[in-house]
Amino acid sequence: MNDSPVMTRISETVVPATAAEPERAHVACRDFSIFYGQNEAVKGVTLEFSPLGVTAIIGPSGCGKSTFLRSINRMNDLIPGCHTRGTLTFDGKDVCGPRIDVVTLRRRVGMVFQKPNPFPKSIFANIAYGVRLEGGKNRDELAEIVRLSLTRAGLWDEVKDRLGDNALSLSGGQQQRLCLARALAVDPEVLLMDEPTSALDPRASAHIEDLISELRGQYTILIVTHNMQQAARVSDFTAFLYEGNLIEFGPTAPLFTTPREKRTQDYITGRFG
Amino acid sequence: MNLNSRKALDRSLTGVGALAIGLMSLSLVILLGPFFIRGSQAFVFRATVEHRRLMFTEFARGGQDSLNKELAAVKQARAPVFAAMTRFEEELPSLPLERRGALRKEYREVQRLVRSLFGPLPGDDPPVLLREVYGQTRWDRALVKLDELLHVQRWDYSRIGQMGRQVRDRRQNTFAGTALEPLFPVLEGHLGEMLRPRLTFYWQFLIDESRDAHFFGGIGPEILGTFYLAFGAMLLAIPFGVIAAVYLSEFAGSGRLVSLLRVFVSTLAGVPSIVFGLFGLAFFINTLHLSRSKSVLAGAATLALLILPTIIRAAEEAIKAVPQTYREAALSLGASPLRMVLTVLLPAALPGILTGIIISIGRAAGETAPIIFTAAVSVGQPLKLIETLSQPTPALSWNIYNLATEHEAVGEIRHVQFGMVLTLVLLVLALNLAAILLRARLARRNRG
Repeated sequence: MNDSPVMTRISETVVPATAAEPERAHVACRDFSIFYGQNEAVKGVTLEFSPLGVTAIIGPSGCGKSTFLRSINRMNDLIPGCHTRGTLTFDGKDVCGPRIDVVTLRRRVGMVFQKPNPFPKSIFANIAYGVRLEGGKNRDELAEIVRLSLTRAGLWDEVKDRLGDNALSLSGGQQQRLCLARALAVDPEVLLMDEPTSALDPRASAHIEDLISELRGQYTILIVTHNMQQAARVSDFTAFLYEGNLIEFGPTAPLFTTPREKRTQDYITGRFG
Repeated sequence: MNLNSRKALDRSLTGVGALAIGLMSLSLVILLGPFFIRGSQAFVFRATVEHRRLMFTEFARGGQDSLNKELAAVKQARAPVFAAMTRFEEELPSLPLERRGALRKEYREVQRLVRSLFGPLPGDDPPVLLREVYGQTRWDRALVKLDELLHVQRWDYSRIGQMGRQVRDRRQNTFAGTALEPLFPVLEGHLGEMLRPRLTFYWQFLIDESRDAHFFGGIGPEILGTFYLAFGAMLLAIPFGVIAAVYLSEFAGSGRLVSLLRVFVSTLAGVPSIVFGLFGLAFFINTLHLSRSKSVLAGAATLALLILPTIIRAAEEAIKAVPQTYREAALSLGASPLRMVLTVLLPAALPGILTGIIISIGRAAGETAPIIFTAAVSVGQPLKLIETLSQPTPALSWNIYNLATEHEAVGEIRHVQFGMVLTLVLLVLALNLAAILLRARLARRNRG
């Protein structure tokens, strides 16, 4: 098993970034703004995400946290009239610039969405989708990637006997883990999670949180959540956004116990939001 | 509003709904009932010995021996009829002069009707038209002819100051006292032995070519032509339509030009079909020279234009209805927009696209006006696939119209026309059913 090419690739990501590759999966932005037409949704955010750490982005509804997250893999391209100012770099390249290859960017930056969104295809086809886009894998390699991805998303034991079933026949929590496995299958460097548990019941949410903890150290994970307990539980760093402005950013534990900003304290103690 | 009146309102709404459904079913039965009853007469009818003779000589069906035996028996049964006629012809010159002229005229009518019952009389020249070679192939038609032979219809204007009345006299009375008189009771009593009707299921109606411009035979080339035209139109319209729909819904945005384009597409859907027909003639044949004259290709292209708006609109709605999350999921995994369309969008939108195709295929099969000038001829051979590029074809829709308006003997072959109508209705029904089942299967897959 150890000499399969898939294992080699995955285990590379398990090893923390070495000195030879310090810039790996490095996401940073400077004075970065996002507009919907005239409306400025994210205002001049300057931020650097820790590679291979888990960063939570919290803030009240409409503060621009999802918009910000979706700009990292250019998902906002789908929204007409959405444009940006300032710089957002991934691996040193300007994400919003004209020279970036969006397809490659999205392959390196995976995403899990708010609502589980499996394709109306079989479980196997869902996981294999991204890999098949790339091509160059034979049947056995593909099957191995599917098995590995489902295992890492904690879904393998539940679905191994019905990989041919329609993915929509799974429960909501299973579907979300399937989406996570689907994102992992293309072996991204950054994982964006846009309120991944907001459509799930508490048990399924806990399962997803456990998975995030297991994946910590293997991917740069950015998770948007409006559940502050969740942010406190799973993240190493937390960014607090309010009305498009970055109010506070720092290691999670100090931010929750001794916030520097009054607005942060008001928000995490539930005074608004 | 109190509880009771609300309940009453609910009940009355249910009642109105049930009434509407009932009315619809009733009108469907009233509409389709005659289609089935009269159309089935083209397939199931009492066929006479003339039908079996026709089948043997024209289509090489049936056994020679049994046919010969039957023909011998029939010949014997018919002999008294011909004998009476021969005796009358011999007797005619000796009859009183004042009766002779009228009788000769009446006798010609009798000859005509006997020929139509049994085919050429002994001693006739070989007929030119096939319809004169054979007698009545159908018992129901034979009975009509017999009635014509037995009765004369004339108008009675004898009562002054009143409208004329139609009266039926027995033709026998005209020939009273002549040698022809026994012909009438013999025919009336023994026509069954002379034609030997037998209940027949003529399913080959669906595959046979017609003989003598639909006088005999089936509608095989018409059915094949309808298939060619409908599927040809689909083949041309579906790729263009779906690509246009993908473009309009995914890539065109919402500019003024695009809105205008949508208006044009909707307008195109409302253009009368005869205009499409004339356009097809002017553009595909006279300008592009797709074929020298009418051809299946030109007709299919014209029909494709006709159904294009329907397919575009249905496909566009279906593609728009695919959840945005599917697009996001595919793109986030690194699919290019084209791959996203091909691997996620179109499979998910397929049931809706099929709905447009269902509507269109029935329309393409049934439209008459667009193919009048571009593809349809009244009689023809079944075409090979390669011939569709250059040859015209008969088609069900056009031949129904043609039989009703232009055929010189439509009264004699109503059953063919009704058979065509029934076949066309069933064909469209079958195509729709197949597409509906397919759509249901796909939709089930999409739902999970």
